[in-house]
Amino acid sequence: MSYRRTRAILIKELRHILRDSRSLALALAMPAMMLLLYGYALSLDVDHIPVMVYDQDGTDASRNLVRQFQGSRFFEIRGFGGYGEIRRAIDRSKILIGIVIPRGFSGEVASGRGAAVQLLVDGTDSNTSAIAVGYAEGVVQAYSAEWRARGGMPPAAPAIDARARVWYNSSLQSRNYIVPGLIAVILMILAGQLTSLTIAREWEMGTMEQVLSTPLRPTEMVFGKMLAYFLVGLADSAVALVVGVSVFSVPFRGNVLLLALTTCLFLFGVMFWGIFVSAGAKTQAEAFQLGILTTFLPGFLMSGFVFAIDTMPKVIQVISLAVPARYFVTTLKALFLKGVGLHVLWPQLVFLAVFAGLVFLRAVSKLKRQKVA
Amino acid sequence: MPAIIETHGLTRRFGGLTAVDHLDLSIEAGEIFGLVGPDGAGKTTTLRMLTSLLDPTEGSARVAGRDVVREPQAVKDQIGYMAQRFGLYLDLTVQENMDFYADLFGIVGAERKALAAELLHMTRMDPFRNRQAGQLSGGMKQKLALMCTLLHRPRILFLDEPTNGVDPVSRRDFWTILYQLLKDGITILMTTAYLDEAERCNRVGLMYKGRLIRCDTPAALKREAGSEDLEGVFVGTIRAAAALEER
Repeated sequence: MSYRRTRAILIKELRHILRDSRSLALALAMPAMMLLLYGYALSLDVDHIPVMVYDQDGTDASRNLVRQFQGSRFFEIRGFGGYGEIRRAIDRSKILIGIVIPRGFSGEVASGRGAAVQLLVDGTDSNTSAIAVGYAEGVVQAYSAEWRARGGMPPAAPAIDARARVWYNSSLQSRNYIVPGLIAVILMILAGQLTSLTIAREWEMGTMEQVLSTPLRPTEMVFGKMLAYFLVGLADSAVALVVGVSVFSVPFRGNVLLLALTTCLFLFGVMFWGIFVSAGAKTQAEAFQLGILTTFLPGFLMSGFVFAIDTMPKVIQVISLAVPARYFVTTLKALFLKGVGLHVLWPQLVFLAVFAGLVFLRAVSKLKRQKVA
Repeated sequence: MPAIIETHGLTRRFGGLTAVDHLDLSIEAGEIFGLVGPDGAGKTTTLRMLTSLLDPTEGSARVAGRDVVREPQAVKDQIGYMAQRFGLYLDLTVQENMDFYADLFGIVGAERKALAAELLHMTRMDPFRNRQAGQLSGGMKQKLALMCTLLHRPRILFLDEPTNGVDPVSRRDFWTILYQLLKDGITILMTTAYLDEAERCNRVGLMYKGRLIRCDTPAALKREAGSEDLEGVFVGTIRAAAALEER
């Protein structure tokens, strides 16, 4: 790969971008417009909520309560462990709720002075969390009634109290949950769009034939073009993040450098994807449709941005593994709301890097096989 | 003189259509060779195969001693190709287009400056170097395209109908430049729809339905056909070929 030729493509593409001021203005205004338009809450139905149990009491009464959760179709017990395990599982989004049954629970229940159970809730996904807390309270109430009926609890005793403590999005604001995911989806659509037209345009304008008669290598063309649009993509990302934080006042708790790194990896992958799509199309209209189809739909539906992937059919779950937005959505939510670091997020970054690498190779080989006709 | 362009049974099919049919061609260094023939005769397809832009279905071709299928990059280093359709960027200026192509060909520093100045002078495009290509006239566009293919001092120049739709004065300018290049030792293979241009070539190949049906000097072709000009040769030969086919 020649540095000079790659740079020549980069400079040429930047000139195209800067001279087409209308497209550039549109490209920069899009993230803000889309974020404002879509920035409304969407609701979800919830079942099979993953939970972890910390049974400090270990008595007949506490085990009965655990069984009550096991019997409910709304919950699925993913394991047992202490506070540390619960925190780690919530950080990795393995569970949504940690149920802590305190020591002396059975005594409190039997005494009739009023017993309590603690619910540690991941508030990142505010809608799901709020619904999950409601269900958990329901289970605890049903248990109270049953236990009372069995004579394990004085008739006059107050019902067992389920005390929810919400982590990460303590006010349970749905926007806090929607906006980071939305930023990821919008960037997927925009970044794909930016590059998907670029090679098709050269075919359409007749400039490709001329360029192909030079010693330029496909690698250099793909890389040079990607870099030019990458700069626009970075500007778009900045706009989306600033609007997200300022207009929707979503808190950002993570590391800015980690955010930048993830954004770059994500943009590389999606932009190479756009070029890959473009390399297969000989007209801009065809490239545009292919681009929209392969970025908008998976980005919107299979990224886990609002629609929980866990509840989808297995086939869709498997397909979603190849959607880079899925990993970017996870990372952005984690960075915005949980502020977790690289030790938790590294698998997401690895995937984004692998995706970018693979798609780059595919784009190059596709461009290599394209001949004038 | 050794052949600088040589094809053996060069064939290209698109589905059921045979665009180029077992073409055997041998062009010597320093020649200017004109390919003529009706639309769809396979002239452009031939040029695209010789420039490694399109792989042949059958047969082989060597350009500047390199195989066009096996060594496309080596071929591209030695040749300049000007497509039939204007292939430069309309939103870039003359200078920017030239810089871009100079970069692609790896021409840098003093050599680049000297060559660009020389080309701009030769084509009399100096005053327009900062004009966007989209704002140039047809003739000037062709000159710009020619300059961009000459930046790396290619040994062979492939021109696909370079003067199509260009006014007579610009066409004469264009030919002055071509003669200058020939004097410098470059080999030119061009397709043309203008038979007065074919007349200026050392040799002319007449293509019809993918096949090379005549190939000789303009004088010999005219003598053979007993015609005053190439137009007579052209029309007569193609009529005869079509009649032969019908029977």
